Amino acid sequence: MTDELFTISTLIGILHSCVRLATPYLFASLGETFGQRSGVLNLGVDGIMLMGAFFAFYVVFEGHNLWVGVLAAIVVGMLMGLLKAFVSVTMQALQGISGIGLYLFGLGLSSLLFKTLIGSVEGVSGFRQVGIPFVSDLPGIGHIFFNHNALVYLAYIMVPVSWFVINRTTLGLKIRAVGHNPEAADTLGVSVNGVRYATMMIGGALAGVAGASLSIGLQNVFQENMTNGLGFIAVALVYFGSWRTVGVLAGSLLFSLVNALQLWVQALGIPVPSEVAVMMPYVMTIVVLAFTARQIQKPAALARSYERGE
Amino acid sequence: MLRRISLLTLVLLFLLAACGRSDRDADANTEGTNEEPFRVAIVLPSSTTDIAWSQSMFDSLKDVQASMGGEEALRIAFSEGMFRVTDASAAIRDYASEGFDLVIAHGAQYGNSVFEVASDFPETSFAWGTSSDTGAERGITNVFAYGAAANEGGYVNGVVASMLTQSEIVGVIGPVAGDAKLYIDGFIRGVTGVKPDAQVNVTYTGSFSDTSLAAEAAHVHIQAGADVLTGSAQQVVGAIGVASENGIPWLGTQSDQISLGPEVVVTNQVYDWANVIDDMIAKISADEFGGTAYTLTFENGGLRLEFNEAIDIPDDVKDAARAAIEDIKSGAVEQFSDE
Repeated sequence: MTDELFTISTLIGILHSCVRLATPYLFASLGETFGQRSGVLNLGVDGIMLMGAFFAFYVVFEGHNLWVGVLAAIVVGMLMGLLKAFVSVTMQALQGISGIGLYLFGLGLSSLLFKTLIGSVEGVSGFRQVGIPFVSDLPGIGHIFFNHNALVYLAYIMVPVSWFVINRTTLGLKIRAVGHNPEAADTLGVSVNGVRYATMMIGGALAGVAGASLSIGLQNVFQENMTNGLGFIAVALVYFGSWRTVGVLAGSLLFSLVNALQLWVQALGIPVPSEVAVMMPYVMTIVVLAFTARQIQKPAALARSYERGE
Repeated sequence: MLRRISLLTLVLLFLLAACGRSDRDADANTEGTNEEPFRVAIVLPSSTTDIAWSQSMFDSLKDVQASMGGEEALRIAFSEGMFRVTDASAAIRDYASEGFDLVIAHGAQYGNSVFEVASDFPETSFAWGTSSDTGAERGITNVFAYGAAANEGGYVNGVVASMLTQSEIVGVIGPVAGDAKLYIDGFIRGVTGVKPDAQVNVTYTGSFSDTSLAAEAAHVHIQAGADVLTGSAQQVVGAIGVASENGIPWLGTQSDQISLGPEVVVTNQVYDWANVIDDMIAKISADEFGGTAYTLTFENGGLRLEFNEAIDIPDDVKDAARAAIEDIKSGAVEQFSDE
C-alpha cells in the first residue's frame, strides 16, 4: 500500500491539494505580515475572516456576481481592520487582548447575521476551477499549479505584490520604520498612527478575502465558525516565516503539504492511525519552529503601542 | 486612565456581542396563559443549523412543539455552540435551577455534568446522549439516555453506495475516529455485503467542525478514484460543496442535507427524535423522571431514510434500499454486534 503513495499520480494529487489548501492561510498571513511589520499584532484575524466569509457568501447568495462578493469581503475586512486600529492604535489597548475581543466579535456577529439573514446552511455556486490556457496542459506541473479557482491564483499573486509593497515602496519603508522604531519614524515626519491604520486595513482586507476564499471559493457554503481557528494558524505562520513574505509562503505551503499528505495517507488506507495522521501538520509546525526560530526580522516595536512624547 | 476605561468598555461590548449568540430563550415573548407550558431546555455542542447532530434534535423539538400546539404548550430554551464542557456544565446547572421540567444535554461528553447536576436537582428531569447509561446503577432516577443505531442507516447507505459506484471505490469522511465508528462500520458492511471487492476509503479530519479539511478530503477521495461519498458531523458541509461542484453522489446522515447539494445528495438517514421527546414528556407528566434508555432504529421509526425527490434515482437502487431496511427490521441482517 505504501507503494501507492509514491506513484506519480498520487504525488501530483498531494501537491495539487497542497497548493489549494494554502490559499486561505496565504491571504490571512500576508495580511497579518503587514500589521506585524508596522508593530501591531492582530489576533482577531479569525473573526475578520468569518465576517468576510459571511458577507461574500451573503452577497452571492442574494444573486450577485462572485467578484461583488469578494469586494464585499474586502470592504467588511477593512472596516474590521479599522475597528482594530481604533482600539489598538488610538485607544492603545493591549494588542493581544483586543485582538481576541475582535475575534469573538466577528465570531458572534457573523453567527448572528447568518441566523437572522439566512437561517439554514445553504449552498451557492462559487468560483469554479479554471485551467490557465496552455500551461495547464503541461504534464504534472500544469495540474498542480494551473488548475485551480481564481482566488487560489490571486493568493499566490499577492505574495510578490506584498513583497514589493513592503520592500520596494515608500509605504513599505514607512511600515518597516514604524515597526522597528516608531520614535525615530515620528521625528522624521512619518505618522505612526496613520501607517498603523493603513496596515490594519490592508490586513483586514486580505483576511476578508481569506474568508471569502472559503465561503465562495473552496467550499461554497457558509457555516457558523467555519474557519475553525484557521486565522490563529495564520498568525503563527507569520512568526514561522520570520515576518518575510517568502517565509510566510513557505510556511503556508509546508503546513498545507503535511495536511494534504495526511489526508492521502488515510485515503489510500496506509496503516497509520488516523490520530497520528491528524497530528502531523501540527507536530511539523512545532519542529520547524523550534529549528528555525530566528528573531532577526522581528519588528522591534511589535505589540507595543506608541504615544508621542513618552 | 480615561482611555483605559473606555477601552475596557469596548472590550466588554465585544464580549457581549459574542455572547449574544448563545443562551437565548427562543420563546421568551410568549404571552402568559392559564395553563403552565411544559418547559424544555437544551444544551447543544454545535449550532442549531449544523445540518447534523445538533440540528436533528433541535428540529425534532420544534416538530414536537408544533404538534403539541405551539409555544403555549411547549417552551424551548437553548444554548448552542457549547463545545466546551465546562460552559455546558454551567448552562445545565442554570437551566435546572431555573426550574425547567426537562434539561437535555445533547452530547456524550456531557455525561459527568448531567449526573452531577441531576443528583442536586431530583425534581428535574435530565436527558443525554449518545448513551445508554441512565445512572440507575448509581441510584439516580431522574436521567433519561438516548442514542441512534447509526449503523442501521450506515448499512442502508452502504447498500445504496455499492449500487451507485462504477469505479467500485467509495470515500468516507469521518470527524474523529471512534465517534462516527458506528455509522462507518455499518456503511462498510453495507457496501461490501453487495460488492465484496469494492474498496471503501476512510479519512478522518480529527475535528467535528473543520470544514476546510473535510472539503479537501472530498477532493482527495475523488482524485483517488471514489465516485460516491459520505461522511458525518457538521464538518461535511464543506465536503458536500465539493461533491456538488464535481457532480459526485453524496449520501447524508443525521439531518436533512439535501438543501446543500440538491443535485448530488441521493439519500439521507434522518434522526427523528420526536417519539423519544414525546415519550419523555409523557413520563415526566406522570411523575416518572428518568430511567429509560432510548435508541432510534428503523423499527421504532426513529430512523428514516429519505430519497431526494428532485433527482432521478434508479428504481433498483430504491428497491435495494427499502429491502435493506426491511431486512434490518425483520432481523434478517445479522444483529450489529456493538449496538
